[in-house]
Amino acid sequence: MNEKRYVARSTAIAARVLGNEMMIMSATNSTLFTLDELGTVIWEAADGATPLDEIVMQKVCSKYDIAPEVAMKDAEAFVTGLAEHGLLLVSDQPFEQAKRLSAEAK
Amino acid sequence: MSVLVAELAAKALKLNIPLSVQLDLTYRCNERCVHCYLDHHDHGEMTTAEIKDLLDQMADAGVFYLTISGGEIMMRRDFFEILEYARLRTFCVKLKTNGILIRKKEADRIKALGVETVQISIYSHIPEVHDAITKLPGSLEQSIEAIRLLRAHGLNVVVANVVMSQNVNDYLPVRALAAELGAQFFVDPTITPMMDGDRSILNLNVDEAALREVFRNEALVGNVEEFCAPPLGPDEDALDMLPCSAGHTACYVSPYGDVYPCVQFPLPSGNVRRTKFVDIWRDSPQLQEVRSITLRDMPSCSACTHGGTCTRCPGLAYLEGNMRGPSSQDCEKSFARTGIPSENLKAKKAASRTSPLQLVQIQGLQPAAQNFAAAVPEDMAVTA
Repeated sequence: MNEKRYVARSTAIAARVLGNEMMIMSATNSTLFTLDELGTVIWEAADGATPLDEIVMQKVCSKYDIAPEVAMKDAEAFVTGLAEHGLLLVSDQPFEQAKRLSAEAK
Repeated sequence: MSVLVAELAAKALKLNIPLSVQLDLTYRCNERCVHCYLDHHDHGEMTTAEIKDLLDQMADAGVFYLTISGGEIMMRRDFFEILEYARLRTFCVKLKTNGILIRKKEADRIKALGVETVQISIYSHIPEVHDAITKLPGSLEQSIEAIRLLRAHGLNVVVANVVMSQNVNDYLPVRALAAELGAQFFVDPTITPMMDGDRSILNLNVDEAALREVFRNEALVGNVEEFCAPPLGPDEDALDMLPCSAGHTACYVSPYGDVYPCVQFPLPSGNVRRTKFVDIWRDSPQLQEVRSITLRDMPSCSACTHGGTCTRCPGLAYLEGNMRGPSSQDCEKSFARTGIPSENLKAKKAASRTSPLQLVQIQGLQPAAQNFAAAVPEDMAVTA
């Protein structure tokens, strides 16, 4: 994929690190999720301004023994899954606060 | 409790993380419920800045579930500023309110801020009964209107029904009302002593026959036969059980910054105005003592046939004088549920049979009083 993808944490969630994993609860339906260590790394880096490929390279491939292509493919699937549950917002543009609020309203 | 929630609770216990905190913002209230365990004065509530700092500390300590309660939370003018900050720190927030001050504007904000649940107490479906308990005319109508508004916004609402002598016949109609409003429902048949130890409100508790009826209602408890089955007595595993989450993965913070194991367990364990929250959580001798107690350490309960299945509240036991002792209210519930008296109830009955006939010897005061004061265990000193 050539297009940059930007990911931002939704504000309609509750989240906390517990040990080495992340607990996330959706405020829309109270469903509870947990992320493993790698998922937590991506979640915490999802600031809406850093492209996903940079997150994968800087936070995942530099610290874990995973091939970039594999890591990117897994990360794409991961953020798509979280976006389907409304936990992450995904865009081909960096998120601004107003844009983020607008995307959530939808 | 789902498997995932149970796993997270077990992990928090292992890591010594305070997963849940109830934070009371104020004891002030616009109702004056006859059974309330609080006074309603402001003895120096934490400021907005102090509460925000506490929220930062609690988030850093790992607190996930935050129950914001009171008093009536909306008596604080900074309530929404505090709520907004709590959500900014990504707590999973549950609110306890009477709903009297909730209009459309407030419901809009609660929805926008992503509150997980709002709990509102409804004591009766009959206005005269509910309003006599809250001592606020028109309160039932206003609380129901708040529930309708919150539900119309798609928020989860829980209707809590505390059963007492005044409303003993109303829990099923209130359950039906909750269902009609699209709210969840739970019933609590326990009136607890006031936080200062005053036990006078316990006379509002329902009698054993009424308790038995609650516990044998299939609509409330599910499988009655299973729920009311005779206990088997605690096995080895049960003897190592922890009493409840109080002090283990949960605690309570008062409007004045005092930390306790639970809102029903007023054992002073520190104050966040003097000590960091996480230091109180990790190092408070009082919380460490609470954590050290298992069923095996409770002389009466470990020998009781209800030991492994009882709902014993350590806070109520503490308010009775000994956090390692039985909680008589829970003994009474176990008896109403199963028909089998606890060791504590049997001992009390035996004592009541013999004590009027005992010869009481009056002793000299000086040495006895000194010895007694020295012998009182620390956990019997109810100072809150």
